[in-house]
Amino acid sequence: MTDPSNRPPIPRRGTPERTALAETLTDRARFMRTETVRLSRIAGAGHYSASFSAAELIVSLYYGAMRIDPTRPRWADRDRFVLSKGHAAIGLYPLLGDLGYFDPALLDDFTKMGSAFGDHPDMNKVLGCDFSAGSLGHGLSASLGIALAGRMQGSDHRTYCMVGDGELAEGQIWEAAMAAGHHKAGNLVAIVDRNQLCIDGFTDDVMTVEPLTDRFTSFGWDVRRIDGHDLDAILDTLSDMGRDPVGTPRVIIADTIKGRGVERMELSTHWHVGNLVGQDYDDVMAELEAGLSPKASR
Amino acid sequence: MTDHAAPTTTTDPVTEMQDTSEVFRGTAGGDHSLRDKRSVDGSDTSAIPAFVFGEELADLADHDPRIAVLTADLAKANRATDFADRHPERFVNVGIAEKNMITVAAGMAASGMIPFAATFSSFAALLGCEQIRTDCAYPNLPVRVVGHHSGMSMGFYGTSHHSLEDLGILRSIANLTVVCVSDANHLRAVLRASLEHEGAMYLRLGRGRDPEVYAEVPDIEFGKAVQLRTGSDLSILTTGSEVYPTLQAAEVLAAEGISVAVWDVHTIKPLDLDAVALAAGTGALLTVEEANRTNGLGTAVAEALLEGGFGGNTRFYRHGVPDEHVPIGPPGALYAHYELDAPGIANVARRLLS
Repeated sequence: MTDPSNRPPIPRRGTPERTALAETLTDRARFMRTETVRLSRIAGAGHYSASFSAAELIVSLYYGAMRIDPTRPRWADRDRFVLSKGHAAIGLYPLLGDLGYFDPALLDDFTKMGSAFGDHPDMNKVLGCDFSAGSLGHGLSASLGIALAGRMQGSDHRTYCMVGDGELAEGQIWEAAMAAGHHKAGNLVAIVDRNQLCIDGFTDDVMTVEPLTDRFTSFGWDVRRIDGHDLDAILDTLSDMGRDPVGTPRVIIADTIKGRGVERMELSTHWHVGNLVGQDYDDVMAELEAGLSPKASR
Repeated sequence: MTDHAAPTTTTDPVTEMQDTSEVFRGTAGGDHSLRDKRSVDGSDTSAIPAFVFGEELADLADHDPRIAVLTADLAKANRATDFADRHPERFVNVGIAEKNMITVAAGMAASGMIPFAATFSSFAALLGCEQIRTDCAYPNLPVRVVGHHSGMSMGFYGTSHHSLEDLGILRSIANLTVVCVSDANHLRAVLRASLEHEGAMYLRLGRGRDPEVYAEVPDIEFGKAVQLRTGSDLSILTTGSEVYPTLQAAEVLAAEGISVAVWDVHTIKPLDLDAVALAAGTGALLTVEEANRTNGLGTAVAEALLEGGFGGNTRFYRHGVPDEHVPIGPPGALYAHYELDAPGIANVARRLLS
């Protein structure tokens, strides 16, 4: 593949280049979902639905927006992606392997004894992983630290951090949000995967996180709210993120559907962790191969 | 402030935090007002320098672009202001948000910086415990979590501000080096050596107005205890704030004909097993620490004695704070109450030998 460190700007909507990119992203999002299902079967359990809700967002970062070079995973000026909702790592690993950070065949040992790939990502074991995760609420702080280090070091790299909506109940998120606004981390982009569900139910029932636009705005952030499964909306938004190390931090509130792509999983509380076997496995794989339905099932 | 001609320098006797920021910037009252203070137990500390933490790091940062300093609204108490004045671009105050501070530091470390994140040790080690484990030690990042005003040195501030559990808790975290600092020169040595150390560290500091143990900046090696005094009747393994009173106690005992060896076990983890073996050779071993007796230095030494098989018939006692929340009182009174001052340590030693 071409050197992604020379990645061109995201093409404008309506151009043939944009159409080609969108087709690539659609294909990679499908790959992320089918790999999530495959790896879950290897492990005997997996976080399907939290990976599915984030698919269009994460592939848009890695195949469209981020300045990366998989041959130099520790390149100082690379853009970073911190997956604060670390339980979606099952969807991220296949992308990193596909991009060339490591041999994708290594994923065949996913979660087995001695594997580099656990349910939550370890930055010292997984090339391409920019920060370890698993304990919710930490990633935005780590991302702020990376962003501030970039400023101190004179680098123009950008740090993206994906947090879950249920994760927003963690107090440390708001410590970091307050500090990012105060310290004007203009090179920091947070993405909220607003997939509506946490483990015990809808966030609206378990712990209210809205009004997110007002909350982040009041903490000094520039807020964009988009459909997190609409590739055109995602690409338009990502093409408008700054690299100024001193400026207003940005947050993309991405309205998504937990479990998007598999009807039985969409907005279901039964599939945060699960295990598909037998005919169910084949049926779900076929459903995913057919692509996203135009509208979510509910 | 009532007198504009001479700014008030009303000072909290424990934290030495003053109500005029000008004082800390050196524009009014300056450093003199900080040095000319009496310790909380009434002894004159005017000859004892205030925290050298910020000053030393500022000196080091002149030549090392990796150094950054973070604090959580305690830049005055820990003198991070001395760093901030000289390297403002590498200083981050996160406000009263210790968990965020430690993880922000971890993010910086993941990008090649060596961040020193400083706050009261109770908040660093207990409030920030999970961040130390998950974000610093687990990824093996060179974060230096600096817990100052450790132990019960905050006296009548009470249990919320005491850190008697930090050694026991943090000693059980893999990939974390735990170091106790005994005086200003020792702090300088620890800060310098930390720049060459891989992985995460917890640095446990006192009030920053500690009596002199080391007349010069010592050569130190993490994991290697320093024998400060030789002796044949009793060995005392101590650390941090208890090194100075233990040396005083050894003098008292020497006058009584009791020969006491004193070791500064500045690194609690990894423990210097060779030092424990050597110290056990006197046949009597006492550990002294300003921490809960549960799972701190004394417990680590006990483990080494038993597992190393060099305990033999060695008489042994772990001296520290019993498993209780301490009463209200000034630090000096608390040290006396728990026999953690020089006369008290001498008493404990006599009981062990009797």
